[in-house]
Amino acid sequence: MASALINVPKKAKRGEIIEIKTLMSHIMETGFRHTASGQLVPRDIITSFTCRYNGVEVFRADLFPAIAANPFITFFTVAKESGKFDFEWIGDNGFADAASATITVE
Amino acid sequence: MRKSEASTRRRFLRLAGSAAAIGVVPVVSLRPATATPDTMAAAIRNVVGTAAVKPGKVKLDIPPLVENGNTVPMTVSVASPMTSDDFVKSIHVFNEKNPQPNIGNFYLGPQVGRAQISTRIRLADSQKIIAIARLADDSLWSVSADVVVTLAACTEEVM
Repeated sequence: MASALINVPKKAKRGEIIEIKTLMSHIMETGFRHTASGQLVPRDIITSFTCRYNGVEVFRADLFPAIAANPFITFFTVAKESGKFDFEWIGDNGFADAASATITVE
Repeated sequence: MRKSEASTRRRFLRLAGSAAAIGVVPVVSLRPATATPDTMAAAIRNVVGTAAVKPGKVKLDIPPLVENGNTVPMTVSVASPMTSDDFVKSIHVFNEKNPQPNIGNFYLGPQVGRAQISTRIRLADSQKIIAIARLADDSLWSVSADVVVTLAACTEEVM
């Protein structure tokens, strides 16, 4: 399920600070909403996001219901070497999704 | 003369305060449990412990007036050289009046190069947002911003 959008520069100079933008499609149901008949809609959110650069964790986030639907997260990292970024989202009800992007460092 | 004036004003304020409290309580009890400044303080203590949090170094970019609380862009940045011995370990964001006081915890390190993160958040009411950064030496820095929300998020009915 290609539900993730990743924006990583294809090329970078060694030591350059690059911006990484990620978006995962997810309802992020807060668990605080009610249906018209008064029933509570159970919580269904992404709780954790991790980014690894050639296997090493560079960025991690704990998410809460206060993060908007389709969590959009941007952060920076230093381009050290060519390789791969692995992104992982983990959430309620066994939700798990992953994406990756490659970068060439000159 | 001055004394009695002050006391009547005090009495008036007390009366007005209790009247306001009576007026407010039923409204609050209709809503699901919301975070209060107290629960926010507790949530902050949970994350940062008893260490002192100083104002400064952190910058919180969020619109002061938002129409739709369902998606509010937010950027947190910290003035830090991000070298191997002086960097930001983590950024924590809290709110005052959503059903839950936490917004997000973001774990950085010297490898990120620039201590800045952006995301989109939900706000259930006009309220204060607090961002706290933990640096490499475990010192804590914070900033707060007030946001006015016209359409609240989180608690509306599902159709």
